[in-house]
Amino acid sequence: MKLLKLVPDNTNVDFMKWRNVALILSIVLTVGSLVLTAYRGLNLGIDFVGGQVVRATFAQQVNIEELRGKVATLNVGEASIQEFGDNKTYQIRLPRPEGPDAAANQVVTAVRGMIIKEYPGVKVTAGESVSGKVSGELAWDGALAIAFAMLGIAVYIWFRFEWQFGVGALVTLFHDVSMVLGFFSVTQLQVDLNIVAAFLAIVGYSLNDTVVIYDRIREDMRKYRKMPILALLNQSLNETLSRTMVTSLSLMLALAVLLALGPDVLFGLTIAILLGTFIGTYSSIYISAPALVWMGLKPDSFLRHEEDEDRTVAPAR
Amino acid sequence: MLDFPRWKVWLVSLMVLAGVLLAIPSLLPKDQVERWPAWLPSARINLGLDIAGGSQLLLEADVADAAKQRLQAMEDTVTTELRRGEPRIAVGDVSISGGHLSFVVRDPTQHAAAFDRMRQLTQPVGLTGSRDWDVTTVDGNRIVLTPTESGAKQALTNSLTVARDVVRRRIDPGGTKEITVINQGERRIFVQVPGVEDPEALKQLIGQTARLEFKLVDLTADPQQVAAGRAPPGSQVLPMADGSGAIAVQRRVMVSGEQLVDAKQGFNQDGQAVVDITFNAAGARRFGRVTQENVGKPFAIILDDKVLSAPNINEPILGGRAQISGNFTVESANQLAISLASGKLPVKLNVVEERTVSAELGKDSIEAGTIASIAATLAVIGFMLVTYGRFGVYASIALFINAMMILGIMAVFNATLTLPGIAGFVLTIGAAVDANVLINERIREELRRGRKMLDALETGYREASTAIFDANITNTIAAALMMYFGSGPIRGFAVVLLVGIITSVFTAVNFTRMLVSIWIKQKRPRALNI
Repeated sequence: MKLLKLVPDNTNVDFMKWRNVALILSIVLTVGSLVLTAYRGLNLGIDFVGGQVVRATFAQQVNIEELRGKVATLNVGEASIQEFGDNKTYQIRLPRPEGPDAAANQVVTAVRGMIIKEYPGVKVTAGESVSGKVSGELAWDGALAIAFAMLGIAVYIWFRFEWQFGVGALVTLFHDVSMVLGFFSVTQLQVDLNIVAAFLAIVGYSLNDTVVIYDRIREDMRKYRKMPILALLNQSLNETLSRTMVTSLSLMLALAVLLALGPDVLFGLTIAILLGTFIGTYSSIYISAPALVWMGLKPDSFLRHEEDEDRTVAPAR
Repeated sequence: MLDFPRWKVWLVSLMVLAGVLLAIPSLLPKDQVERWPAWLPSARINLGLDIAGGSQLLLEADVADAAKQRLQAMEDTVTTELRRGEPRIAVGDVSISGGHLSFVVRDPTQHAAAFDRMRQLTQPVGLTGSRDWDVTTVDGNRIVLTPTESGAKQALTNSLTVARDVVRRRIDPGGTKEITVINQGERRIFVQVPGVEDPEALKQLIGQTARLEFKLVDLTADPQQVAAGRAPPGSQVLPMADGSGAIAVQRRVMVSGEQLVDAKQGFNQDGQAVVDITFNAAGARRFGRVTQENVGKPFAIILDDKVLSAPNINEPILGGRAQISGNFTVESANQLAISLASGKLPVKLNVVEERTVSAELGKDSIEAGTIASIAATLAVIGFMLVTYGRFGVYASIALFINAMMILGIMAVFNATLTLPGIAGFVLTIGAAVDANVLINERIREELRRGRKMLDALETGYREASTAIFDANITNTIAAALMMYFGSGPIRGFAVVLLVGIITSVFTAVNFTRMLVSIWIKQKRPRALNI
């Protein structure tokens, strides 16, 4: 059987030739994403800002303005209503009233009762209410978890490789996460706790990709001690190119299927990971590898390290 | 490559078999698993509410209320202690203000003795070296008790533990439902009830105060004054539960619901629903004494400051049993019995987070999710097959086994699969695919470099392993830190990731290696098509 080869044998693409173009592109997109996130903001779900949500699937499409009017008669605050998944499912979001608790839960009940009475055949599929205090903690917890995870990883890579690699991995992660943030800012897709999980998955995949390429760079640096660093990076990237393509394509394939056939609740999660996979693949080639050059990795970086070790061992012999 | 010893084959096969066996209960309908003989594995993976539907509440202790209650309890203790102990010490102006409890010792010569007794009332807190109350003297003869921070903290922890049990008993008196009630952090209780779509009923069940008291009716009160809401000193006016006016009762409590050991719904002679209660020894003694002293007079049964009924004491009630009647339906009597038997909530709980997902939505999600996952898996398998041929088959088997092992291990640990968990699942499957790709690409590469078949296989596995190892260790570190710092959903992700990393390395490296070595031993191929 003739097997599929996505990438021909012994490719020799000069990736590093485009590294400055890629760098500018990346800087523009990263800064753009961050600026956008800062100014336009994210569509944060109630998980992070508190509030209440009622989701309902109606028998047929409803007039949003009419629904908003009906919610307004309940006197429960300004409602924001949007389609959720398909055009019969709507999410009604309400601010959380002040006070300890009782009132808040009554709001969800009131809205639920009104919808069921006014729209026969409706199914109320979810009701959530998160207090401002809890939402603050959830956001802080999420940020803390991601930050510590990234830091821990950088330290490990520093120990296993060289400090340049640890910093390189961090820069790559930062790049990938910023871009996906930018995507959520542009699309205004709702960011809830599930999206945090998607970010964690992106961090994981991006790392995996970066480490695999770093592993090959380390191996080649030990093998070809005299090769100039750019040529060496090119060689490592070419050697791992086939693997990079096969892995990312198979993941993206699976995610695309999940996106097309999967349930609505998984949509945000899946699209974030899909995009993250794409960006992660690009950044492992154009950020992780060139980052080593910016930080002054020399062909003999590992060599010196090993000589040091030899010297410390020598007197014992 | 050939050196895959027989014991290792057995070990790997056994682990794979165990993983798959453990996963099977989670894949079959629940009732089928329940009919299984006991020796078969029956632990199933829990589906989170976001997937399966149900209600979830996060309750937070009202710290201010807890502090107030603690001061009031201390006030009772202090007055009883000083009045009952020897020598008797008369105190006055007992007051609670600004978070302190203070009183004046009437006889200045007894001040030192009172101070000493207060010191004895306080308890050391764990190993912190501090006590639960600070006792100080101001203005010469006023003694002030102030709760210490560590004392308040410990009291809160204790009452939350009790509250957790009370909440559990209230939601699930039979102890048969698959509910989760756990303490979270220092002041919270997390409640999760699958299948319940109306959190209101749940909250009512939890929030019921059900404060039951027995008090003597004040017969000296002037009915006209009572109707106007005024009661003689030492008494109070309480409304009747059925709305038929009000009644004056003594403030002193004969016995309260806290002295119950049991409460059950039953029927009286007339066939009406009632609640049968049983007092504990102290309660029974007290109830017996008071009823003995007051034969012929009425007493009031009071629930949440409303008088249910005020029957006459026909004879002393000595056995510690009583019956509460009052227009109950079987259901309401049953509910009252449950809240009485479950005890009093030691601290007020506020709902700070609440989520409900309808089971129907959950069902749709599971269906769509299952179909999508199968399709996605098939797509990846197809891709592996056309890319790596026989080695793609091995990789696909490894992927399948990997998924089963993750399910199996999570089922054994009774872990919960949530939506974030699915993200973790996707990532580990990705890592498993990548491990296989790394190995296969490396083998291709070594073959291209002109290595002999066996040598290329051996080198491929060895060289790819360092990259696989480093990539997975980094992810393990990330997952472990997320477990530590993250909350609910982030942990849900990290759990799957941690389990998945182990299984994916095992299946992608050890398991496929075994398959390859068996194939080579049996068929002795001359060339690899990879």
